[in-house]
Amino acid sequence: MRNPYRPLAIGLVTLAFSALVLARAQAGDRHFFAPVADPVVKEECGSCHLAFPPSMLPARSWQRMMGELDKHFGDNASLDAATTEKITRYLVANAGDAGGQRYSSKFLKGVAAGAAPQRITELPKWVSEHRKVPDWEWRHKEVRTRANCVACHSAAEQGYYDE
Amino acid sequence: MKNMLVVIPGIVAMILSGGTLAGPREDLLAQYAAAARTTSFSAARGQTLHTQSFSGGKPDTPSCTTCHGKDTRGAGQTLAGKTIEPVAVSVTPTRYTDPAKVEKWFKRNCTEVLGRECTPHEKGDWLTFVIGQ
Repeated sequence: MRNPYRPLAIGLVTLAFSALVLARAQAGDRHFFAPVADPVVKEECGSCHLAFPPSMLPARSWQRMMGELDKHFGDNASLDAATTEKITRYLVANAGDAGGQRYSSKFLKGVAAGAAPQRITELPKWVSEHRKVPDWEWRHKEVRTRANCVACHSAAEQGYYDE
Repeated sequence: MKNMLVVIPGIVAMILSGGTLAGPREDLLAQYAAAARTTSFSAARGQTLHTQSFSGGKPDTPSCTTCHGKDTRGAGQTLAGKTIEPVAVSVTPTRYTDPAKVEKWFKRNCTEVLGRECTPHEKGDWLTFVIGQ
């Protein structure tokens, strides 16, 4: 005899499983950093390089960076005052030490209190996560710079930085 | 009746202006022409500007083609690995339709490659070149 509740049971199990997977994908994955969602920030910060997730640096780093755009890693990337302010607000609100950023706080582990690091690739955690990458891979013509996350992390634009 | 007297000239004016209605690229060229006090730009000069090497800018970006690539209809790549849409209007028809964006990138890129801002004449030549590509 067939159990009349079987379809319901299967449905519930499927639902529970999906919820579990989704929850992990959204928050439980320590290699997930929410990508920039604001179109202006995406455009202005993502034309020359990947629009790095704001949660990868603390708020004071973004504040310093946005105050020195005329000397932006060797380039003059200055913007008008209104755009600069808008972007700064977004970056600070979503920074790694802003509330609710559980996973990036691990990524910021080892950063001295009050320090305002400018290069994500110099964070202690970044360095230790990449320690096994050999030199020749960094010099590969498709990589060129450590800031080119997408060269190895193909889903970086979507926020996933798995191996 | 009085309303009609206002509306009809309005419609006539709209139709007449339609004949001279230009796109944002043409408007930009007209602005550069006025600023450069010239009546003609040269695609050939624009091409030379695009492909030649300069020594006044940053050493890692000696020419426009360093990032934009030698093929105007092909994609380019920034030093940090971002893809740049082809500069040729035939391939990227949306290009150069936002004057503020055009000016922003002329300023940034000319400074990096030439070590100075481009003149209105150079901008007009270059724009003429990529519009024809």
